[in-house]
Amino acid sequence: MELTATTTVRRPVAEVYAFWRLLENLPSFMAHLDEVRTTDEKSSTWTASAPFDHTVVWEALITEDLVEERIAWRSTEQADVPNEGTVSFLPSPDGAGTEVHVHLVFDIEAGKLGRAVAKYFGEDPRQQLDDDLRRLKQVLETGEVVRSDGAPWGKRARKEFPQRPAQPLTVEERREVLGA
Amino acid sequence: MRANCWAGRNEVEVREVPDPAILSGRDAIVGITSTAICGSDLHLVDGYVPTMQDGDVMGHEFMGEVLEVGPDVDPTRLRVGDRVVVPFPIACGACAACAAQLYSCCENSNPNAGIAEKMFGHPVAGLFGYSHLTGGFAGGQAQYARVPFADVGPLRIESDLTDEQVLFLSDILPTGYMGAEMCDIRPSDVVAVWGAGPVGQFAMDSARVLGAAAVIAIDKEPYRLRMAEEAGHIPVNFEEVDVRSRLLELSGGRGPDKCIDAVGMEATHGSAHLHAFDRVKQAVRSETDRPHALRQAIMSCRSGGIVSVVGVYGGFVDKFPAGAWMNRSVTLRTGQCHVQRYMTPLLERIERGELDPTRVITHRLTLEEAPRGYDIFKNKQADCEKVVLRP
Amino acid sequence: MKAVTWRGVNEIGVEDVPEPTILNSHDIIVEVGLSATCGSDLHLMGGYIPAMRAGDVLGHEFMGRVAEVGPAVTKHRVGDRVVVVSFVGCGKCWYCREGLWSLCDNGNPNPGLTEALWGQGIGGCYGYSHALGGWAGSHARYIRVPYADNGAFTIPEGVSDERALFASDAAPTGWTGAHQAEVRPGDVVAVWGAGGVGQMAARAAMVMGAERVVVIDRFDNRLQQVRTHIGAETLDYEEVNVPAELRELTGGRGPDVCIEAVGMEAHHPGPQYLYDQVKQQMRLQTDRPTAVREAIYACRKGGRVFTLGVFAGVVDRFPLGAVMNKALTLRGAQQHGHRYIPEILDLMSRDEVRTEHLATHVMALDDGPEGYRMFKEKEDGCVRAVFRPGG
Repeated sequence: MELTATTTVRRPVAEVYAFWRLLENLPSFMAHLDEVRTTDEKSSTWTASAPFDHTVVWEALITEDLVEERIAWRSTEQADVPNEGTVSFLPSPDGAGTEVHVHLVFDIEAGKLGRAVAKYFGEDPRQQLDDDLRRLKQVLETGEVVRSDGAPWGKRARKEFPQRPAQPLTVEERREVLGA
Repeated sequence: MRANCWAGRNEVEVREVPDPAILSGRDAIVGITSTAICGSDLHLVDGYVPTMQDGDVMGHEFMGEVLEVGPDVDPTRLRVGDRVVVPFPIACGACAACAAQLYSCCENSNPNAGIAEKMFGHPVAGLFGYSHLTGGFAGGQAQYARVPFADVGPLRIESDLTDEQVLFLSDILPTGYMGAEMCDIRPSDVVAVWGAGPVGQFAMDSARVLGAAAVIAIDKEPYRLRMAEEAGHIPVNFEEVDVRSRLLELSGGRGPDKCIDAVGMEATHGSAHLHAFDRVKQAVRSETDRPHALRQAIMSCRSGGIVSVVGVYGGFVDKFPAGAWMNRSVTLRTGQCHVQRYMTPLLERIERGELDPTRVITHRLTLEEAPRGYDIFKNKQADCEKVVLRP
Repeated sequence: MKAVTWRGVNEIGVEDVPEPTILNSHDIIVEVGLSATCGSDLHLMGGYIPAMRAGDVLGHEFMGRVAEVGPAVTKHRVGDRVVVVSFVGCGKCWYCREGLWSLCDNGNPNPGLTEALWGQGIGGCYGYSHALGGWAGSHARYIRVPYADNGAFTIPEGVSDERALFASDAAPTGWTGAHQAEVRPGDVVAVWGAGGVGQMAARAAMVMGAERVVVIDRFDNRLQQVRTHIGAETLDYEEVNVPAELRELTGGRGPDVCIEAVGMEAHHPGPQYLYDQVKQQMRLQTDRPTAVREAIYACRKGGRVFTLGVFAGVVDRFPLGAVMNKALTLRGAQQHGHRYIPEILDLMSRDEVRTEHLATHVMALDDGPEGYRMFKEKEDGCVRAVFRPGG
């Protein structure tokens, strides 16, 4: 499965690149990622939630790092869902922002969890990636992921409907939403 | 708290709902002193706008006192105790759309951007009390409201102007003004405004302050036309005269130089058989909006003129007169109002006495009376032009 | 003299017609050098444009030599090599003064028909039905050119006939689109349609400083011309999803400016929706605005959508909700070429605008019917069939 998506962030290329290059930041906007820990300059451990309260853990290796231009990575041999990705950063035509272009490849047939993961991505994996990039933009431009009363879940919003009504949250709901 | 909620198609209900609380660092909580019912609320209640849910708090025109602010709100921008008017589009202030002052196109304030994107090609900003398509934000027909990005939107009122003088800075006054501003009005212009509801009245007043030579009000309700006439505009009752001929007479045969559609969908206008065609299609949902006023505006406008649309449309229209639009070089300009852009300059115009927004208020009710307010506004009972609610 | 004429629906003939003479003092007679077929002629052939009469001489894109001048003409002498703009503009009325030449109040002796159809009449055009004035067209040995001081332009030395020919219509139409859509440096511009007009709109956008220009079509040879002679990028809509590809090309924003140069797709007539007697007599088909819909969907928020493709009537399923919520500006026009042609001729003389490649098939007037057939079927890679009345 191959996915591409793009967004334009109104922040300088250096800042957007630096934010992404610090891989620990990725879970702040990628819905399915729980944690990324870097082990050295090139290697990192990624943890994602999977269906039925499972988690999937894999190691990734940065295969290319062109400062303020492009980052590429791929999972190492043991990954359940072999995957690789590239993100490129280009100045936007008006010079005030950065175009972020993401290209991901998942080998969903190869891994044993492949089908489950594919399902987990929902009917429209491209939409998931689009939403991830929308949250990246929110985090970089406004500092956090926007919450409404109908959709208060922040980056955990996986599904847009049904939502809760657009009325204030109860104390319990608020605790659940903010505590997570 | 008490709040006026959507309770299914054609029904609103004042219910007990949880009090709002700060969810994000840049939120504020506002205790609402005045709020209003807007024509576009009627689209929501009728069910013409998709993605409403039972229990959604209605209302996008409101003002009040700041009761609480989040930790990330700049205290020089907003403090507890400030008296504020809140603009209906929620805007982050940081994206390219906000930088270009296209606040209603904010790229970050709508958590349900994916839905809007499928409908329109691109997402639109979050709006208060205006369906989940525009974010699912609880509205302002309530005792309290949570205001996101509170350091960007709310306008502080530091003078002793009354609530009624400034409340409409939240939506309908800037919306009417933008309708006139998009017309690039020149001193010789004849400007025709379809719809003498509150937005239309403010579009007329704005056209006048922007220097139009003559302003024409087109509607069928005698009391609305009278209200326009009392404000110095020329009334045209589309049930009594042929609009196009009358407009040609009033403009030396040229047609109005600029036309403003302040009606939007649900227009009850124009020739009977076309209207029936639209009704049927709208009922079966193949055409979502009925664009009578817009069709007539395009057909009436002077060649090379501007038709500005501030009436709200949500979906598709049929029988769009593309031939007239294209061959006659008519420019169509539109948008949900970029309210934040206009609040301060319009506040100054109110302070100077150039605009009097209170002239459209006909009914003052309590929050508990909101359902009755919707009823009389929708059915144009008791010469209803604008309902203000006091929570 | 010999001329290519309309004989009936889908019937083109060659016949002998009288030679034109000076009728008004501001006329000139031009001996036609080259005269091109245009996509909009196909609407005439199919009978979609009302008020054609058997024997009407076709052709509105031409150049040639001045053969005779009226007493009030000051700019031209017999023997001058000139290119003539397709629309007839008096130069004196409000529209001409405003630069909206194709809307000239005085260039169309029969404004009633377009007035009934579009609310107001538009200007006249050579060889384009009695609704646009009943002016004899240019597929003939000679043509009468009224208001010649405004409409005829001397061709600079060094610009070939084949190049100057398209300064009559294709190039100024493209310039009208790019200029009136306010293309600015840094913009991304998408153009639907890689015919002559689409190619020229793309070139105009590049000249006006667009950062990137993308042309969309499905014919390989036309897209190849765009890459080779215009220097813009291309998308084949049979191979890629156009809105998705445009998103990808623009960092998710969508093009700043979208120009539609396709029109009502006369070769795919839709179901008939006729509303009144006038239009019924005119056999008007509902136009199919596929490209405009796609442009509206793809355009960035706050962007500009401009239509150059010719529409005649009304369109259904028009996405007004997207237009309104994305705050788009919509404009269209026939060409206001009088204001752009001097600049275009200058650019042609500096080799910055090249158009010879559009004339893929040059033939004699006797081949008129065959030329139109090839052009319509796009046979043998035909982009434009061009007639050389002098043989």
